[in-house]
Amino acid sequence: MSEPAAPPHPSSTSGYGADWLVIPLFNEASVIADVIADALPTFPNIVCVDDGSTDGSGEAARAAGARVLSHAVNLGQGAALQTGISFVCEQPGARSLVTFDADGQHQVADARAMVDLIASGETAIVFGSRFLDGRTKPGMVKRVVLTFAVWFTKQSTGMRLTDAHNGLRAMTIPAARKVDLTQDRMAHASEIVLQLGRTGLDWREYPVHVLYTDYSRGKGQSIWNSVNILVDLLFK
Amino acid sequence: MGGNVLLIQIILLAAVAGIAVLLTRSTAGARHQAIRRLCLLLFVVGAAASVIFPQVLSRVANAVGVGRGADLLLYALVIAFLSYISTSHRRMNRMSRQITLLTRELTLSEARSGAEAPPEAHSPATPSDAPDSATPAEVRSPLSLPDDGPRAP
Repeated sequence: MSEPAAPPHPSSTSGYGADWLVIPLFNEASVIADVIADALPTFPNIVCVDDGSTDGSGEAARAAGARVLSHAVNLGQGAALQTGISFVCEQPGARSLVTFDADGQHQVADARAMVDLIASGETAIVFGSRFLDGRTKPGMVKRVVLTFAVWFTKQSTGMRLTDAHNGLRAMTIPAARKVDLTQDRMAHASEIVLQLGRTGLDWREYPVHVLYTDYSRGKGQSIWNSVNILVDLLFK
Repeated sequence: MGGNVLLIQIILLAAVAGIAVLLTRSTAGARHQAIRRLCLLLFVVGAAASVIFPQVLSRVANAVGVGRGADLLLYALVIAFLSYISTSHRRMNRMSRQITLLTRELTLSEARSGAEAPPEAHSPATPSDAPDSATPAEVRSPLSLPDDGPRAP
């Protein structure tokens, strides 16, 4: 693991009281409690946006100690993310927010390091990247799809990201205020990069480790999904 | 004959391309609505005319290089169908956008009103048991949406 900068930020619980975790939540009842329990000692402020789950994910998240907002109907991950971002932007004293996946793919340590980068004032936006080091091992098909996503992002945003569709991102509240996702479903990942890029604020990538468990592999984006994303992006 | 076939091919391809462009652009003004309705009217009149005077349709078909009037009708139908997909796709997009904003506002105002209460009790666990909430929770059932229908083309 290549630690880019020495975090001057204290790693105590109280140190992240102004940094929010935003977790879009849809039917992840079996794992969400563990994910929250894992993150809560570091990030006392976690907001889960329950996107119309039908398996009691919202209750599980609330019982685990997260603040839970509920969508009355299922809208999609992008919509849930935007609701969470809007909510955090309204919270007094909030300094930054981290978008975090509900399925346990992301590491709390990575999120903490990204927040440290922001707290140090080095940058306003940090994109997690699976491909800055060799820890993450995606399958062959996934690698092809992600390579295409990287190329597409570069064409459409001009930003040279090594990992275009990583759900782990950290941003300051002023940066988050500029985000207004209109892509309700998976295409939001390209949209949020585009909108954050347009803020003109400093951004950088941070190497993160994504755990491809059988659980997340079963739920993750298939190659069909990437077709849907492209159509969503082109035919607005 | 080659030149004539080219003519109908150009007409059809231009129409398909025009619809494809319409799909990617967001134009929802009064002018477009009027044009759409005029096109529909034209289509209805044309369809009626082709039933009453089938030989006229055949003559028009021959003029643009299509053998039979029925074939021309089929082509027109294909174009009309594509443009229908385009407009309904746009309308569905607009509607789902509105539902998104509505749902989000509902969620956020619920969160705001629950901010004073302890976090465990701030919002209803399920929409059906929310008599104390200021927001009508029954919206869930009438608004249940088809999953991916509108973005199929």
